[in-house]
Amino acid sequence: MQGSAYAAQVDVFYMFVVWLCVFFFLLIAGIAVYSVIRYRHKPGDVTPHWTHNNKLEFAWTIVPLIIMMVIFVWGVKGYTEAAVPPGDAQEIRVTAKQWVWEFEYPDGSRAINELHVQVNKPVKFVMSSEDVIHDFFVPDMRVKHDILPDRYTEIWFNPTALGKHHFECAEYCGRGHSDMGGTLYVDDEASYQKWLETGGVDASMPLDKLGAMLYESKGCSSCHSLDGSPSQGPSWKGVFGHPVQLSDGRTVMADENYLRESILVSNAKIVKGFDSIMPVFQGVLRQREVDGLVAYIKTLGKK
Amino acid sequence: MADVISAPFHAGTTPVERRNYLTEPKGLWSWLATVDHKRIGIMYLISVMAFFLVGGIFALLIRLSLFDPSHMIFGHKMLDAETYNKVFTMHGVIMVFLFIIPSIPAALGNFVLPMMLGAKDVAFPRLNLASFYIYWTGAALAMVAIVTGGVDTGWTFYTPYSTSTQTSVAWMAMGIFIAGFSSIFTGLNFIATIHKLRAPGMGWFDMPLFCWGMYATALMQVLATPVLAITLLLMTIERLFRIGIFDASLGGDPVLFQHFFWFYSHPAVYIMIVPGMAIVSEIIPVFSRKTIFGYRMIAFSSIGIALIGFLVWGHHMFVAGQSQTAVVVFSFLTFIVAIPSAIKVWNWLATMYHGSISLETPMLYAISFILLFAIGGLTGVFLGALSLDVHLTDTYFVVAHFHYVMMGGTVVAFLGGLHYWWPKITGRMYNERLGQIAAALVFIGFNATFFPQFIMGGQGMPRRYYNYLPQFQPMHAFSTVGSWIIGAGLFLTLGYLLASLRKPYDAPDNPWGGKTMEWQTQSPPLTENFEVQPVATHGPYDFFPVGTH
Amino acid sequence: MSSISTPVTEAHEDAAHGQHDPNLQHHFATKEQQFDTSKIGIWLFLATEILMFGGLFVGFAYMQSRFPEAFFEGHKHLLKVAGTLNTVVLLVSSFTMVLAVHYARTSKRKKLIICLAITMFCALIFLGVKYIEYTHEFSEGLYPGRYFSNPDDPTGHEFIFFSFYFMMTGLHGIHILAGLCVMAWLLRRAIRGDFSRNYYTPVDVVGLYWHLVDIIWIYLFPLLYLIR
Repeated sequence: MQGSAYAAQVDVFYMFVVWLCVFFFLLIAGIAVYSVIRYRHKPGDVTPHWTHNNKLEFAWTIVPLIIMMVIFVWGVKGYTEAAVPPGDAQEIRVTAKQWVWEFEYPDGSRAINELHVQVNKPVKFVMSSEDVIHDFFVPDMRVKHDILPDRYTEIWFNPTALGKHHFECAEYCGRGHSDMGGTLYVDDEASYQKWLETGGVDASMPLDKLGAMLYESKGCSSCHSLDGSPSQGPSWKGVFGHPVQLSDGRTVMADENYLRESILVSNAKIVKGFDSIMPVFQGVLRQREVDGLVAYIKTLGKK
Repeated sequence: MADVISAPFHAGTTPVERRNYLTEPKGLWSWLATVDHKRIGIMYLISVMAFFLVGGIFALLIRLSLFDPSHMIFGHKMLDAETYNKVFTMHGVIMVFLFIIPSIPAALGNFVLPMMLGAKDVAFPRLNLASFYIYWTGAALAMVAIVTGGVDTGWTFYTPYSTSTQTSVAWMAMGIFIAGFSSIFTGLNFIATIHKLRAPGMGWFDMPLFCWGMYATALMQVLATPVLAITLLLMTIERLFRIGIFDASLGGDPVLFQHFFWFYSHPAVYIMIVPGMAIVSEIIPVFSRKTIFGYRMIAFSSIGIALIGFLVWGHHMFVAGQSQTAVVVFSFLTFIVAIPSAIKVWNWLATMYHGSISLETPMLYAISFILLFAIGGLTGVFLGALSLDVHLTDTYFVVAHFHYVMMGGTVVAFLGGLHYWWPKITGRMYNERLGQIAAALVFIGFNATFFPQFIMGGQGMPRRYYNYLPQFQPMHAFSTVGSWIIGAGLFLTLGYLLASLRKPYDAPDNPWGGKTMEWQTQSPPLTENFEVQPVATHGPYDFFPVGTH
Repeated sequence: MSSISTPVTEAHEDAAHGQHDPNLQHHFATKEQQFDTSKIGIWLFLATEILMFGGLFVGFAYMQSRFPEAFFEGHKHLLKVAGTLNTVVLLVSSFTMVLAVHYARTSKRKKLIICLAITMFCALIFLGVKYIEYTHEFSEGLYPGRYFSNPDDPTGHEFIFFSFYFMMTGLHGIHILAGLCVMAWLLRRAIRGDFSRNYYTPVDVVGLYWHLVDIIWIYLFPLLYLIR
């Protein structure tokens, strides 16, 4: 899908190169196959002693060179447009970490693994990583850029196609590299404003089902298993209603308040044996979403 | 001469037990301590084929795991995510460093190069043997890395992931560091050999084009590999001692690693392809029974690729965080480096045109090379174009591109060369019918495996992905089946090549009617190659010199 | 037309004669060809060394441009006198090496042995001085990488300078040591009387290697010790 006018331009260029390659491949294969058939060996054959032809060498050097230069210039033009965001582009801060995307809007709203932008408004992403190199890739927009731990990098686009688009990590970053995807929603103005206010939570979905959905969409699944096996974070199985040992030596009961605090202010209490690496979801999850997650965790069985 | 050209290719001569380099001296020690370039070539050949097998099995495992997003096939769950990441890393490392880079130079080149020059051996035979043992020392450390838990960084070892992951990176890096010296010394040996050990009468422009290709490759091996050495050393020391060069948290620069790494690894890909082109330049004229068209252009284009190849490394890093100026310069140079490769293709086609072509297995592989390398090279054009690369880099498009050039190119050429020189090396003919069938299986299987990957990449399927969106499943499944067809072709090849060794010597001294010096002596050759020092009295491709018709 | 001619050529006669010479390897036709080939070989090897060290020089230059104050502060800890002494010692050793090659080429066995011995002695002095320097640096807590500790570091990044200092002088020191071992082998052969105007290639070739090791130090010394 072409998510922007730029994407459409890239596709025109892409198809030009495709047809060029088809032409040259057929030319090459054609000469080879023709030669094999027309000049198949027969006993007694004597072949001409052609050693070289400078005019031909010149021709088949210059013509490809000219074509290469045309493609080079075309590529530079497209690249320059993709590399330089317009001055009025809305800025979204992107933080990539193993293996989750965090987005922060100018008004302080935050989102995890899910991105909402307004149609026909250019948006630029100012990106950094908290650990290794990642890459923000939006195929429908035909743009990507690596995300580094020691500096900011940027991409931008002007979305013209309403609806859902996929984005993913395109720089290998370890075990969860292929799980590090998300959805970009291109909304009309009204829906976009509504999302900024409410976070898009469906008020009619039962809480535990909501929690199960958020488990995937907010990236909890990257670090918390449901089967009891520890990962980057402790498993959710059997957590609720049992004592938990913390890294500072205390033991606390995992009641609703513990779950709520652990979700929103993750660095307040760290379970023994784990590192303090969980993103802070305060301001990211709406109240109902937190309720949904707590409800879902309560449904997960004993250890 | 007329009798050589018109004699059918399978002229059987009465098997004659002549003394040759295989039969004497005898004994295992005489092989392990040999300084005979031919025996060293065979030891390398067995070694690289073994690693090709290991790397190939890893490839089959990768494709089996990707058959379906559930990672199930035929009711079996294949690799889990962590193992998958290790397997694709080790597939890459083994294939690049332990198979492809040494394959044509060290296995075939060692055997054939001195003979083509009319020499008794390479310039430094003892260094040649040392190279072999250095290669195995490096390979041994790489195997230690594999058995101590493997490596999961990808063959490109990007920091900071490679300096922080808990897998056996240091062992692997040191293994490749050591194996790199094997490559350097082979290159050093070949340059000296080509400069000083050509037969009397053989000027630079009288030697076979294979030698030009090996010369260009050797220049790259000597000049580029030391940079890999220091890069791996720095990365390992960063891991162990945290010296602060690549680690951002210490003030280091992860993109600096990429510059260092690709400064070697781009020439490395030319180290891989130029020998393949060199073999094709040998096979095409012989099986077209026509002199090579554009000898000097082909020779110079090898050198051109070697030189310009040092200037394009940044095209692996268009989205890595370089300045816009750098990116534009690298794109420009990338388009320039495409031209010499294209020149070769035109000259090969002009050689075939109006030739007298027969399709024995070596020629089938040479023609496969032209077609598959054409696709690989043309798709490189997409990746050199900045705006297209921004979309396509780090997707399956790149995976398809480099497999077309490395496998469809180099491996196919290697197989072509192996079949071409098999009678010379072993004194036996392989089964021609099976050879043609296997070549067809490899060609068909290869396209089935990798062509869909261009399409997937264009649609946004990223590389090094264990999990993928369901929309890509049909193409992944098709690609997996393709890999089985390649496997069938390659195992068939292994089978009939080994089977040929059980026959008595049945190969004519010159089954293909070649004009280069290795064909003007017995198959298999004497230990000293030639009974008397040959003198070059005609060109390497003088099939019908002016005045003979 | 055959490409194998009947064997009455000058090259063959020389080879037939040369087969008696134990220093002429079987695949070379003449001593001259063998000598020239060895020279090509060693120059190529030196090129690889330049590229390997070159990577370190490039890395150093880049990191210095990132942290100029840290590098300036760091270099103050180095013992300039020791570095200067080492530079002089290596230059002397290069000179004695040149003499060694000359004496080998003119069949002056005793003088060859003396010059080789002096060269080796210089190499030992170099290593000894480096030992003293390293000990001094370690005593101040200036270790490579993660073991570095300098509480007085105003920049926070001095350790990067020392990472490069230890890597570069360490790799160079390994090359001095390797040269020392190879010279020991040369010395043994020289004492045995292996070298003369008829055959002195190993001495020549090791001499070239030694000059490169010296030149690398000539670049290292100002780069590390004399930063402004």
